[in-house]
Amino acid sequence: MASLKEVRNRIVSVSSTQQITKAMKMVAAAKLRRAQDNIIQMRPYAQKLGEMLATVSAGSESGADSPFSKVRPVERVLMVLITSDRGLCGAFNTNVIKAAVQHIETNYPVLASRGQVEVLAIGKRGAEGMARRGYKVNSTYQDIFTRLSFVGVKEAAEMIMNAYEAGQYDRVDLVFNEFKNVATQIIRTEQFLPISSEPAVGQAVVNTSYTYEPTEAEIINELIPKSLKIKLYRGVLESNASEHGARMTAMDKATENAQELLKELKLVYNRTRQAAITKEILEIVGGAEALV
Amino acid sequence: MILEIITPDKKVFAGEATAVTFPGTEGQFQVLNSHAPLVSTLGKGEVVVETSAAKQVFTIDGGVVEVLNNKVLVLAEAII
Repeated sequence: MASLKEVRNRIVSVSSTQQITKAMKMVAAAKLRRAQDNIIQMRPYAQKLGEMLATVSAGSESGADSPFSKVRPVERVLMVLITSDRGLCGAFNTNVIKAAVQHIETNYPVLASRGQVEVLAIGKRGAEGMARRGYKVNSTYQDIFTRLSFVGVKEAAEMIMNAYEAGQYDRVDLVFNEFKNVATQIIRTEQFLPISSEPAVGQAVVNTSYTYEPTEAEIINELIPKSLKIKLYRGVLESNASEHGARMTAMDKATENAQELLKELKLVYNRTRQAAITKEILEIVGGAEALV
Repeated sequence: MILEIITPDKKVFAGEATAVTFPGTEGQFQVLNSHAPLVSTLGKGEVVVETSAAKQVFTIDGGVVEVLNNKVLVLAEAII
């Protein structure tokens, strides 16, 4: 049996760990609320942009000749991976990495073996994980999450779009965690480029004769990159909210486990203490009896 | 007319305005009450909002504006 002092030391260390996990849970909860607010803030913009794109492309016949909707034979693939910068959030990052690897292996096994699949990791964890698995990891945008705003994400999106336009990649796929609720994240794999011709689902297109400035086609060509940026931004925001949700649940579990461990350790401690006392009494009694 | 200026990060302005000047990609233009339906792209520049009480200036980094039924909606990429 462990000595009293050893058990006492373990109790101290476990309870200080518990304090840390409890604090981390609290911080994650606060950040989660802010992340959710961000998503809510972004929604009206995304919705209006979608509506506008639908109205304008309904009005014009010559739409859909944007460089981003051209489908080319797939020779080079870019996987965009949205993970977090920090760990301690359960299986959050592992899930994304696993999903990405699986996606590559099922869809582009030949290209992957020829090294024609590149990874763009947003978030440090994804970059490290994919590099360890031997993928070529492209320039990484890693400090996006420290000050999350549209501007940072916009840069990444512009980089991707420029590379696509220049023919550097023929297809861009996006993998991220979608926020469902605090405890649940859904892994999403979406095609980012080329734009899949999505029919405007259930959107009531108002037939008003707008004045367009400049032409409709030019406006569409302005709107498409904007909606792509929003798509990436949405992914980043969802992932950010998911990260804090995942961390919150992970830390909650950790705190619970620490509590359980403390209970067990206390039992051991008391038992050891009791045993020591009993032993001492026995010794005293024995000594007293020898004297008589 | 009712004016709304939205960025992906937040809603910047929402309310009544009497006149708004935009930095259109084809040149600056002003929208007054009961303007005809219009969609235009915006370049980098200043959006000047005149309400009955005061005048506010927002510097935007590109965007789009839609005018419909006396409602003006500005989607700006960022406010500088």
